[in-house]
Amino acid sequence: MEKLLEISHLKKHFIIKGEKAGHNRLRAVEDVSFDIYKGETLGLVGESGSGKTTAGRTLLRLYEPSGGSIIYDGKDITKVPIQPYRRKMQYIFQDPYASLNPRMTVGDIVGEAIDIHKLCSSKADRSERIEHLLEQVGLNSEQATRYPHEFSGGQRQRIGIARALAVEPEFIVCDEPVSALDVSIQAQIINMLEKLQQDMGLTYLFIAHDLAVVKHISQRIGVMYLGHIVELAETKELHAQPLHPYTRALLSAIPAFDPEVNKARRRIILEGEIPNPLTPPKGCVFSTRCPYAKEICQQEVPALKDLSCGHQVACHFAGEI
Amino acid sequence: MLKYGIKRVFAAILAVIILITATFFLMHMVPGSPFLSERMTDKVKANLEKKYGLDKPLTTQYLIYVDNLLQGDMGTSLQKKGRSVVGIIEEKFPYSAKLGAFAIILALSVGIPLGAIAAINHEKLIDRLVMLFTTIFISVPGFVFGTLLLVIFCAILKIAPATWTDSPANYVLPVISLSFYPICYITKLTRSSMLETLGQDYIKTAHAKGLSAFKVHFKHALKNSAIPVISYVGPLTAFLFSGTFAVEKLFSVPGLGRFFVDSVSNRDYPVIMGTTIFLGCLMVMMNLIVDFVYGMVDPRIKLR
Repeated sequence: MEKLLEISHLKKHFIIKGEKAGHNRLRAVEDVSFDIYKGETLGLVGESGSGKTTAGRTLLRLYEPSGGSIIYDGKDITKVPIQPYRRKMQYIFQDPYASLNPRMTVGDIVGEAIDIHKLCSSKADRSERIEHLLEQVGLNSEQATRYPHEFSGGQRQRIGIARALAVEPEFIVCDEPVSALDVSIQAQIINMLEKLQQDMGLTYLFIAHDLAVVKHISQRIGVMYLGHIVELAETKELHAQPLHPYTRALLSAIPAFDPEVNKARRRIILEGEIPNPLTPPKGCVFSTRCPYAKEICQQEVPALKDLSCGHQVACHFAGEI
Repeated sequence: MLKYGIKRVFAAILAVIILITATFFLMHMVPGSPFLSERMTDKVKANLEKKYGLDKPLTTQYLIYVDNLLQGDMGTSLQKKGRSVVGIIEEKFPYSAKLGAFAIILALSVGIPLGAIAAINHEKLIDRLVMLFTTIFISVPGFVFGTLLLVIFCAILKIAPATWTDSPANYVLPVISLSFYPICYITKLTRSSMLETLGQDYIKTAHAKGLSAFKVHFKHALKNSAIPVISYVGPLTAFLFSGTFAVEKLFSVPGLGRFFVDSVSNRDYPVIMGTTIFLGCLMVMMNLIVDFVYGMVDPRIKLR
């Protein structure tokens, strides 16, 4: 398969004011490398504070990366003006209540992107395009003159999607696009995203903490923990054979439909909390909570190794435990 | 929007009625009388009271006053014999209004960009400098600053006129001293409001669309930060238009503010009442305008 994006050693550090020098560097994303293939959906999961959103935003240079490279279609985009790439890469935000300018009509929110990239030559052309986009996401074209506050959460997220689609992108980062919505609405949006992907040949990076949603939509899944990718594999493979102890703990938390199965299965409960990213543990970032941690885990950072045809794990004892 | 508008207008009319009533009865509760300082026999005093209708019951006086007011008659000044209160306001108000208008324009055109620039450069040198100076200068009263200007430009440099000659040059120093505090205040308001807006997701959305940083800041962020500034500017306009006593006195501006304070010390009741009602109405009107501007600036407010 053809690679659309190659991310290598991507870093994003935030400097926190008021902390002591040497301890003021919040390592939200630390040395993350992965590829995204054309037309696929890569899921990115992890608990709150694991750096999923930061990774997604840094990928589009909504945050300036602190290090590493992002190769898009063969070109490194970390050092060039980003504006032309805004047409190719788009972002769907998590919170549809916050991501739309309350002072602009829906038509203008969608149309602004068209104006910026000069995609339409005439006014009639522009409004026709906006209508088409709104219909594409299941909204009424007459709703273009309304303001965001007149819509429900699900409708707002549709507006957010129409806005992202306005520039005809190739790649979209979906940052927990359904986690702010009701479960019944979640399914609608997910199905719509899948249909749009088929119709327009889109590539998704799908960020979520809901493992069931990610399992449904993604071909491959990456698991993040404290700014690192700890495991990356095809969806089926990851669910059938999780190799990293953190992935195992995550997967064991998914409830089963059958209560009997639920009773019988063994949940792995992790001790403690995710460490403070200002003072990450030495060695493997998961070593403080890992039930299998040995001495080497506290000394050396495990590299992300490819164990078998694309199944990558960052664990010193992968395959042994 | 129409319902909202009608509601606001009715509220404003009610406020004016309460204002007129309260002013009238409060004035009558104040001890002393306009004839207190003049020596006169009881007979003369009774005649004077009869002439001005002060012997009638209070409610009758009130009704007469309101009736006159509706016909645009606020009575005549007791101090300046024969001058109508309306005439005095017509003569004095333009000076104060002109000063106020210039001061507001100056305050907005300096304060808003300065606040926006500070917010965009949050925690950088320029932001710190702006914050330092606004914090220091916000605590300097306008008349202190005015005196300083007067000393520097009139006494030492001798480039500004020290007496009122009705020339445009006369407006420069008073306008600067009047706008001084509002500039600092608007800068701080704009900065804090803008900082909040810049943290919003829809600003990220605007960046993601590929909009230039300048447009993101001034089209998306600044407009959304306008509400606190607008709500401050309404009452500020009324306050500055009505003239500020200290600055008008300092620069010998023949404005309403100075005249108003003089009328209080002279116990010129019709003038006090007339000016109070006039300025009160001005304040109510400004707030009404602000309410409508809200509706225009923020579409969410229309629904209320």
